[in-house]
Amino acid sequence: MRNAFADEITTLADQDPRIVLLSGDIGNRLFNDFKERHPTRFYNVGVAEADMIGMAAGLALGGMRPVTYTIASFAVYRAYEQIRVDLCYPNLPVVIVGVGAGLGYAANGPTHHSCEDLAVLRALPNMTVLAPADAWELRSLLAQSLLRSGPSYLRIGKKGEPLVHASRPSLEIGRGFLMRPGDDIAILCTGILMPQALETARRLESQGISAAVFSLHTVKPLDEALLTQLFQDRKLIVTLEEHSRIGGLGSAVAEWKADQVRIGARLLRFGTPDQILSHSGEQEHALNFCGLTPESLASQIQVVWGQLEMK
Amino acid sequence: MTPNLDELQLIARRIRGRVLELSHRAGTPHLGSSLSCVEMVVAAYWGRLRLDPDLADDPQRDRFILSKGHAATTLYAALAMKGYFPESWLESYAEPGSPLGEHPSPGTPGIDVATGSLGHGLPIGIGLALAARIQGFQNTICVLMSDGECNEGSVWEGALFAPAQRLNRLTVMIDYNKWQATGRSDEVTALAPLREKWEAFGWRAVEIDGHDFPSVIHWIEAEPDPAGRPTLIVAHTIKGKGVSFMEDDNNWHYRIPSAQELAKAFVELNLP
Repeated sequence: MRNAFADEITTLADQDPRIVLLSGDIGNRLFNDFKERHPTRFYNVGVAEADMIGMAAGLALGGMRPVTYTIASFAVYRAYEQIRVDLCYPNLPVVIVGVGAGLGYAANGPTHHSCEDLAVLRALPNMTVLAPADAWELRSLLAQSLLRSGPSYLRIGKKGEPLVHASRPSLEIGRGFLMRPGDDIAILCTGILMPQALETARRLESQGISAAVFSLHTVKPLDEALLTQLFQDRKLIVTLEEHSRIGGLGSAVAEWKADQVRIGARLLRFGTPDQILSHSGEQEHALNFCGLTPESLASQIQVVWGQLEMK
Repeated sequence: MTPNLDELQLIARRIRGRVLELSHRAGTPHLGSSLSCVEMVVAAYWGRLRLDPDLADDPQRDRFILSKGHAATTLYAALAMKGYFPESWLESYAEPGSPLGEHPSPGTPGIDVATGSLGHGLPIGIGLALAARIQGFQNTICVLMSDGECNEGSVWEGALFAPAQRLNRLTVMIDYNKWQATGRSDEVTALAPLREKWEAFGWRAVEIDGHDFPSVIHWIEAEPDPAGRPTLIVAHTIKGKGVSFMEDDNNWHYRIPSAQELAKAFVELNLP
């Protein structure tokens, strides 16, 4: 995903002379092409995330369209106050790209995990929160986020995430995207767990349960029109994210649901547990530990579906 | 036209009077901090920097960021006198619904960023300086910080980065009034020697009397360093400057002047 980001931002910078890329001392060689083509618009700001965000605010005030790039956990947690005060308060057009979000850096340990980023950024006024499912979604959302008048957070994977789209989809920020039709259940997935969501739906299908899958690449603003429709049409809505069950997409949907007068479908939320994942291991191991595999997801959904069918 | 020294001093006295009035009426603190930086704010707005309401939309205008946002009343008084907003706005300062809160807010005419949480102005100033350089502008970016503000790590991140980029149109002033909220700034942290620290970080660092208009104006308006260094002005000041019973008394970080104290201060400032 990071290669797609580097490629897309380079192309976008060819077209828009206001784009400036700030890197927090990561992406060795990743941005060589960008640096070669736009030498005055790339800055390695060093290991200084707080100042990277402040500088981005200054660049935006000075008429530029800054994009910051570093590991998600550092960008969000270290610089949270700068994001809040320097970007959200004046509502400045800055795109924060958090790479290796969720458990993308699982093997690096909890210092590098970011399973609370959606929660904390979603709470900030003026912030748009995006989590593309693959490189194609990333390209589309990056281009769109640069057209917005306020700050955006783009939560992306690291490398080698499988493509779930065959070509660039016509996404729209704030609108869920139908990945797979289905009548009984709707699985709402944000971010890079989309292959798991699709495989879960296939497994459910083989058990006679028809599950639609949507990419909710935009966690904020939430696609309330889609939620209204789905909660009316279905008995069970499932959320899936590589993020804590506290505060992410599942919470956003649950909050929305709590505010509705008529309670429709049952909501089932899947995400990471409320704990520091301190045992070492790669992303696959961590997802397995968290039960975020198609086997585990399908069987848990099946149980709940069975309960609903008996009613 | 740049005012002469007498005129600058009159403006400074009038701003001090406003600051005292606002604190008294609204019951808001940070009086000492607001009084110590008056000459620097006046030098920025009444000198040759291109800071004027008529230039508010000019992308090449100079910039002034009051990073020590707790001195908001000094900035408000200056902006009102410069015509960024009507002087009558000051009457509503800190009242419910007023456009002028206790700390500067983006959206107020003449104010681009939120300050009040310390350590934000320098990195924003660096970003502005980068944006100016990318676009080939020749404008000056001026940031005013407090000495206590130098406790913040983000200040030192910026101190390391700006010289690496040779941002010689960035000028940072430190209002070195020797006090922070609850103690001597040289005792709370090992702040001194301040000029030498910044010099070692690669800045063109100078030490001046922050109440001496000619020195302040000289360095705010100095030609960019030919060696490419950003400029750091350690401005020695007196907290509570201009009112004898407030000077260097840190109680006035939080104390609110009574009606009698306000009257006494006005006599000292030779204000009606």
